[in-house]
Order: sequence, then C-alpha cells, then structure tokens
Amino acid sequence: MFKNFFLKSTAIFIGLFLFIFLAVPIFQVFYVSFLDQNGHFTFLNFYDFFQSALFIESFYNSFYVASMSVILASIFAIPLAYFTARFNFRGSVLIQSLGFIPLIMPPFVGAVAMKLLFGSNGSINLILNDWFGFKIPFMEGLNGVIFVESIHYFPFILINLITSLNSIDRTMEESAQSLGSKGFRLFRRIVLPLSMPGYIAGASLVFLKVFDDLGTPLLLDVNTMLAPQAYLRISSIGINDPMGYVIGVILVLTSVAAVYVAKLALGGKDYSMLQKGGGGMIKRNFLPHQKYFAYSVVFFILFLVLSPHIALTLLSFGTIWSFSILPDAYTFDHYKDVFENSVFIKNTLLYCSIAAFIDIVLAFFISYIVLRTKIIGRHLLDYVAMSALAIPGLVLGIGYLRTFYSFNLPWNDKPLASWWFMIVIILAVRRLPYALRACNAVLMQISTYLEESAESLGAQKTTIFRKILIPLMMGGLLAGFITSFSTATVELSATIMLVSTESDAPLAYAIYSYMQTAAGRGPGAGFGVIGVLIVAAGTYLSQLIIEKKYKQRGMEAKID
Amino acid sequence: MKKILAIFVAVILFASNSFANSGSVVIVTSFPKDLSGKFKAAFEKKYPDITVEVVGKKTTAGIKYIQETSSNNGTDLFWASAPDAFEVLKGDSLLAKYTSQVKGIPSLVGSYPINDPDGFYSGFAAAGYGMMWNTRYLKANNLPSPKEWIDMADPIYFGHTGMSAPSRSGTTHLTVETLLQGDGFNQGWAKMKNIAANFKTVTARSFGVPDGVNSGDFGVGIVIDFFGLSSIGSGFPVGFVYPTVTTLVPANIGVITNAPNEKNAQLFIDFLLTPEGQEILLDPKIRRLPVNPKTYSKAPKDFPNPFKDSSIGAAVKFDVLLSKGRYNLVNSLFDVMITYRLDNLRAAMSAIYKAEEALGSKNNAKAKKLIAEARALVSALPISEAKANDAEFNKIFKKKRKKAKDIEKYAGTRQAEVEAEWDKFVVDNYSNAVKKAEEALKAL
Repeated sequence: MFKNFFLKSTAIFIGLFLFIFLAVPIFQVFYVSFLDQNGHFTFLNFYDFFQSALFIESFYNSFYVASMSVILASIFAIPLAYFTARFNFRGSVLIQSLGFIPLIMPPFVGAVAMKLLFGSNGSINLILNDWFGFKIPFMEGLNGVIFVESIHYFPFILINLITSLNSIDRTMEESAQSLGSKGFRLFRRIVLPLSMPGYIAGASLVFLKVFDDLGTPLLLDVNTMLAPQAYLRISSIGINDPMGYVIGVILVLTSVAAVYVAKLALGGKDYSMLQKGGGGMIKRNFLPHQKYFAYSVVFFILFLVLSPHIALTLLSFGTIWSFSILPDAYTFDHYKDVFENSVFIKNTLLYCSIAAFIDIVLAFFISYIVLRTKIIGRHLLDYVAMSALAIPGLVLGIGYLRTFYSFNLPWNDKPLASWWFMIVIILAVRRLPYALRACNAVLMQISTYLEESAESLGAQKTTIFRKILIPLMMGGLLAGFITSFSTATVELSATIMLVSTESDAPLAYAIYSYMQTAAGRGPGAGFGVIGVLIVAAGTYLSQLIIEKKYKQRGMEAKID
Repeated sequence: MKKILAIFVAVILFASNSFANSGSVVIVTSFPKDLSGKFKAAFEKKYPDITVEVVGKKTTAGIKYIQETSSNNGTDLFWASAPDAFEVLKGDSLLAKYTSQVKGIPSLVGSYPINDPDGFYSGFAAAGYGMMWNTRYLKANNLPSPKEWIDMADPIYFGHTGMSAPSRSGTTHLTVETLLQGDGFNQGWAKMKNIAANFKTVTARSFGVPDGVNSGDFGVGIVIDFFGLSSIGSGFPVGFVYPTVTTLVPANIGVITNAPNEKNAQLFIDFLLTPEGQEILLDPKIRRLPVNPKTYSKAPKDFPNPFKDSSIGAAVKFDVLLSKGRYNLVNSLFDVMITYRLDNLRAAMSAIYKAEEALGSKNNAKAKKLIAEARALVSALPISEAKANDAEFNKIFKKKRKKAKDIEKYAGTRQAEVEAEWDKFVVDNYSNAVKKAEEALKAL
C-alpha cells in the first residue's frame, strides 16, 4: 500500500546519512576492540571484559544506577505531569517552562555549582551542620549519582508524559465515565494505558542517558561505572587500551537492547486514538485544600530540581565562594567578560537551531517509516539512530576527525572536519535520539484511519503530511526540537574535538576554556546562565505557539 | 665591499622578516584563556600583521587532534605543560626541531633539563608540585596545614585530601614518579598508598583538584604550583607550599611537523622566551615560574625563585629514562591500586587507624603484630620492582604493538589480563587487611 517512491528514497537518504555520519566514524574507532596484538580479528578482548571483576562490578553499578534513576525521576515527573494535564492549574505554565531547565546543566560549571550547594561542604550541609550537627551525603557514591542524574534527566519523562496526556482523546475518558468507570479504575484502565507511549519514551531515554552518562559520575568521582571506565581508558595519555573501546561496544549493545525492551513493553497494543485536538483529559478544578497541596508539591519539586541553577546564578554574580553558605560579595564584572565574547553565544544559537531542525525532520520521517511502512530494514534505522545515545562524545569526535579530516573543502582547501558545519552535523547526530523518541510517541497515538480516509478521498502523501500529520504532531515535533536544541547547547565532549578555531566555537567550549582557571569560574558561570536563559526563552516561546494552536483548533472545531 | 654586503644582508633580513611577520599562526594549547589570551594579545601587539589563532584543548584531546589531523596538518604549534605529552608527539615524528636563539636561558631548572635534549621542544616556564589547602576548611576542621608529603599520610587528614590520577594528568604522573624515585619503588608506593588512603577523591581532571580546594569540597590537594598560586592571585582563601621532595618540570612549546606557518611559529617561541614574554608569566592570574632568571627581579615579594632557592626541586635527581620506560605501567598500577579501588583502600586504612588508636601506647604484642601485618598487606605490590622496570614487560602497556615479535617474551599477554590479576590481588589484600585490623582491635 505504501509503494511510494518518495518514502523509499527518503529512507535510503536517511540510511546513508546515518551510515556516513554515525556508523562509519564509530567503526573507525571501535574496530580496535576486535583486534588482537597482531592486528587479527578476535573476540578475546570481550572475554577479558567478562573475566574482570572490576568491569563486571562497573556493569552492575551502571545498571543499578540507571534503573534507580528511572524510578526517582518518575517520582519527580509524574505528579507534575498529572497536575498539568488533569486540572485547571495556573502552575502549568510554570511547570512546562521551568520543568525543562534541569536538562541544561552547563559542563564543568554546573558541577561546581552542584557541589557548592549539595556537596559535603556545600551550602545545605553547612546549614544542616550548623543547626542540627549532621550532614547528608547527597553527592557521595552511587546514591549521589542517582540523585544528580534524576534531577538532571527527569524532564525527559515530564515532557513526553505531558505530550502524551495532552493527546489523549477526551471521548475515551467520557465514554468510560458514561459506562460508570471513575476514580482509580478510570485512571488505571484508561489514562494510564493511553499515556504509556509517552512514559515509556521518557523512561527509556532516562535509562539510556543515565546508563551512558559520563559527566555525572566523573563529577562525583565515581569510577566504578561503565562510561567513566571507558572514558578513563580512552583518554589516558599516550596509551590506547582496547578495553576502552570494548566497553564502548558494550554500551552501544546495551542501549540498543534497552530500546528493544521498551518496544516490547509497548508491543502488541494499539495506542492510537481517532480524534485529536479536542485535546487531552477532561480538566477539573481543584478543591481549595487540594490546590494548596498541589502548589506545595509543585514548588517543592521545582525548587529541588532548579536549585543547581540558583547556585549557578549566585556563582555568576559572586566574587569568591568558598566553604561558605553564600558568596562573600557580588559583582557584575563576570558578565562584562561574557558580553565581550558574545560570538560564542551567536555560534551556539546558530549551530543548535540548525541541528535541532535537522533532527526533527529526520525524526519525523524515521518514525513515519518505522510505524507506517513496511520498508525492509526500517527498524534498523530506528536502532542505529538510537545507538547515537550510547556513543561517548569523545569517540564520535575522534571518529569524525579520522573519517573527514583527509577530505578538503573545494572552496578554501581546508579539511572538511574543520568546517563549522561539521559541528552542526555532530550535534544533530548526537541529539537525534531525543527528537526521535518524541516523534515516535506522538505518531503512535495517531490513528491510521485518519490518513487512510484522507487517502481514500484522493489526498496525496504530501498533502496528508502537511494537512494531517504535521498539525497533529506539532506538540511532539516541538518537544523534540526543544529537547534536541537545549541539550545541544551544553554539548562539549564531541564538539571539543572538532573546534579548530576559537571564532567557530560554541558556548559550551567557552565555559570549558574559562573553567580551567581559578579566576574563570565567574565568567564560566555567566556563560552557563546565558545558555540556560536562551533555552528557557525558547521553551516559553514554543509553549505559547502550542497553546495558540490548540485554541485555534478548538475554535475551528466549534465553527465547523 | 663591506657596505654592499651589509646592505645585501639587511635586504635579505628585511625580506625574510617582512615575509615572516605576516599571516597567522595556529596554536593548539591546553592552557586556559587567562594564559593564552595574554600572550596572544602581547604577541599581536608586537607583530601587528600576524594573527594568533588559539585552539584550546585538553592535553589528551590535543595530542589526539594532532595525531588524527597529521595527514592534512593545519596546526603550527603545540603548547602545553606535560613534557610527556611532547614525548608522545616526538615519538610519532609529529614535532619539528627548533632551537631558539634567545639568550639567557639556563640549561636546568631544579634538576630537570629545560629544553628537550634532542631539540624538538623548548621549555618556557617551570612548575613544581606541592600542596594547596583551603584556610577556611582547615580552620573549621581544626587541621594544621601540611608541609611535607608524609604529613598527608597522617590519619588526621582522613577524608580531607584529594589528588588527580597520573593517567589523567602528566604533571601528576611526575609527582608519583618523583615519589617512587625519591623513596625507592616499594617504599614509594607504600607512602603513596598511605597518602591515598586519606583521599576524599581522585579527580578525573587535574583542574578538579584546585576546583575542589577552592570550593571547600576538600581541605588539602596535591597540585601543580600555578594552580595554587593563581588561586591565591584570584582571591580564594587558600595557601600553597612546596615539599622538600618535588621535581620542577618545564612547560613546553614545540613546532609541529609540516607546520603551514613555520616561520611565525618560531617567532612565537622566541617571543615566549624574551624578557617581555617571560614577564607575562608573573600575572596574578597566571603565576608560573619564568625560565629566565632575570625576570624574577620583577616578581612579587614571596614569589618562589628556583634559580636562587636551591631547595626547590633539587632533592631528587630525576631519572627521565627510568620514568619514560615504565610510564604507562605506573599509571595503570596507580589506577588499579588506588583510583578504582579507593573505597577498599580507605576501608582498610580506616580499620587500621581504629586499631592503632585503640592500641595507643599499650604494649600488646599480638595486636602490634596484627597491625603491622595489616599495613604490610595494604603496602604489598602485585608486581616486583624488577618486573616493573623490565622493558619487555612494559611493552604490554605500549600503545603501538602491531607485531607479535615486538612483545616476544610476553607475547599473548594482554594488558586487561594483567590488570584483572592485579585487581584481584589488591582487593583480596585490602579486605584481608581489614580482617587483620579487626582482629587486632578484638585482641585489645
């Protein structure tokens, strides 16, 4: 039924794109893990992995931390999402705009801010110690990693769950109610199952991200996890231990397996609904006491998850902040530094918006091809794209240099890898999984009947995309755009390999370069705050667009 | 005739000068903006027609970048601290020889040669390891500031100190190697482990240590001097001291093979070594030790001067060849025994501390013996000194080993295999040490 030439060629094009910009560079680096000392093919290195007590322990730790983080992140995300979707609640805008921010943790400086706040001699523990004489080890060991990761990544669940809840067909709930279902039964039988695609999409992202995350364990100096083990071995001076790459391969395989399991969890069920745009669950008003309760929950969670950013802001205005609850004094000087170097901000805006745009276009077509066509190898597209999540940025960066450095650009005879657009491509490839999961979740909720009826009425594929799918998927597409865009603003590990002149460098790189000196902390934090503000403004703007769209559509429905 | 010759020479000089003094120079550096920016500005002021392009990368990333891009090289200079980073590039024939004509630079700082004896890279500033501490932290915890390495092994600092891993930072590696050469292989490791047992953390980045001390996350850190001195210069409540056993090492710069702007690159090296370039090092945000002894006359009052104060960095005759031969093995050994098993090490030592505290000045022969055994278990090494220095064995840890015949004696032995063995040895010893210490405690 879909013998469409356009779709097939799109599938081939996307496949080629992923092959050239993801598979080839990774292969350039990872093939080392299959070589023995003589350069012959071998599986011996993988045998060594399973023989090593340290690696097995690391594997177990990574798995434990990732699973626990999904649970804790769900505890943060579910109440916020539910309040927003179910009730007439003024706090919703707050949740939907601020709930994003934790994803944007600028490299290095974010870590310093977290430690100044939650560390064993951070503000909170200094206060606790002064008042009550004890400390809480927020940032120690595996539990510390779980705590920080959950704060950092819970927005993945929040965003996807809200999108999912908002696309629940109201008539489903109404029919259930008219048939006598209510209360918890209604929630369990209707709301919960229908919101599953979004929740699973978010939860699997959290799991994957935490499983592969390097920054947080490094910040807390927890070495006995897989990602830091890989990183420490790959980036040691003057040595090229194949085990680093073996761990990399294991990370990729585990990630693909996790995506597969998530797919199984959703498998065999139909989540699509016919009507769209009558938008979301039936909204209720809070009873007075419920309102206070809801507000206090919301404020508590938001305060907790945003506290690193409050510390970041203090750091950017503070002079010296050392072993004290607050900085010694405040100044605007750091921002002077920031604005004198505004080229970094401009670069970030340019790179990340192009990259995020590429992402949603690719994600739209990939999810369409996977969910709506029978093209052979379509699932492979999905898995390959998702595996980007598991590739350490450093590895992808080295792979890009290896693959693209020997080609020269035709117009200025400079290496392809040193062209700024390659930074855009690497950002797009690394952030594609976020957009992809978001698109996948919304498309899964749209019934194929809508497209089929349009087709039977003679509509072209392009018309169906333009008039039906894109408008209905708007929420998901925007969510994907924002997630890709905002997480790309703070990406460092891959871009740092590709930056060849400072004038082409993005903001995260500026933060890195300031954070290498004692005096650079303030300006580094300043850049971090600017990055967060950019993302917050973008998120707020897209919220407005979505809401306007919903209202418009509501109006049209009435007129019809 | 002489006149004509003079004019001829002048014309050639002028021509070559005007040729050299334009265009750009591309520098890959691990140095922070505070340092590279100052030099860039001063150099561009002196040579207005040359643009300096600074590309900041971590040392490891910088090496990888230059290795990966060598087929189509666009970089003129590599500029970083650790001499071993330059050794790696030199080994891959990625550095071009250049000896600067600037006069007045001695051949040694402390006991370390300032320039590469083969002429592939030049030192422009010196640095040595020491200890930095947060005064607020020490005051709040009632701790004295340390003076010597051995102070760091005192149980009072348990959980209060930090260091970076030698596999992460070439300068940290030199500290460990200095300790091993100063105290001997076995004694040195024992001391290192006693110091490490007090660590709150082993940071993955070398700058993580001054960061942690500046924030007050831990009290004392083992750092390279300029991290300490520039933190003081930036106003943090911290102090810094050199212990007697330290090695001064030069921070270096070298021209890359096939540099597109070789002349400008050489000009930049010369500039670093001139008095005006050397003075920039004294900036309160930089604070590195100049290699030109004359520059110290312009330094602030209590600025350390290794050319005058012979106690800095002279206690150990640093054997560069020995260090080079077992470089990766020492890194790997440190990671296996300390970085990855810090929790086990801490558990062992804290059990020993407890037993020793209970023992006090009591004369309990059994407990004393058990404690001594526990300490011996912690100090025990999974490898003998002879094997650690064996060039054949070290080949297992080398990066390039394309052919089996390169390994010969240990053909077929893999680094991962060796490390797994070491790991088992170390973990067993640490947990047996805990048992012994607990037994001692019971005997008291």
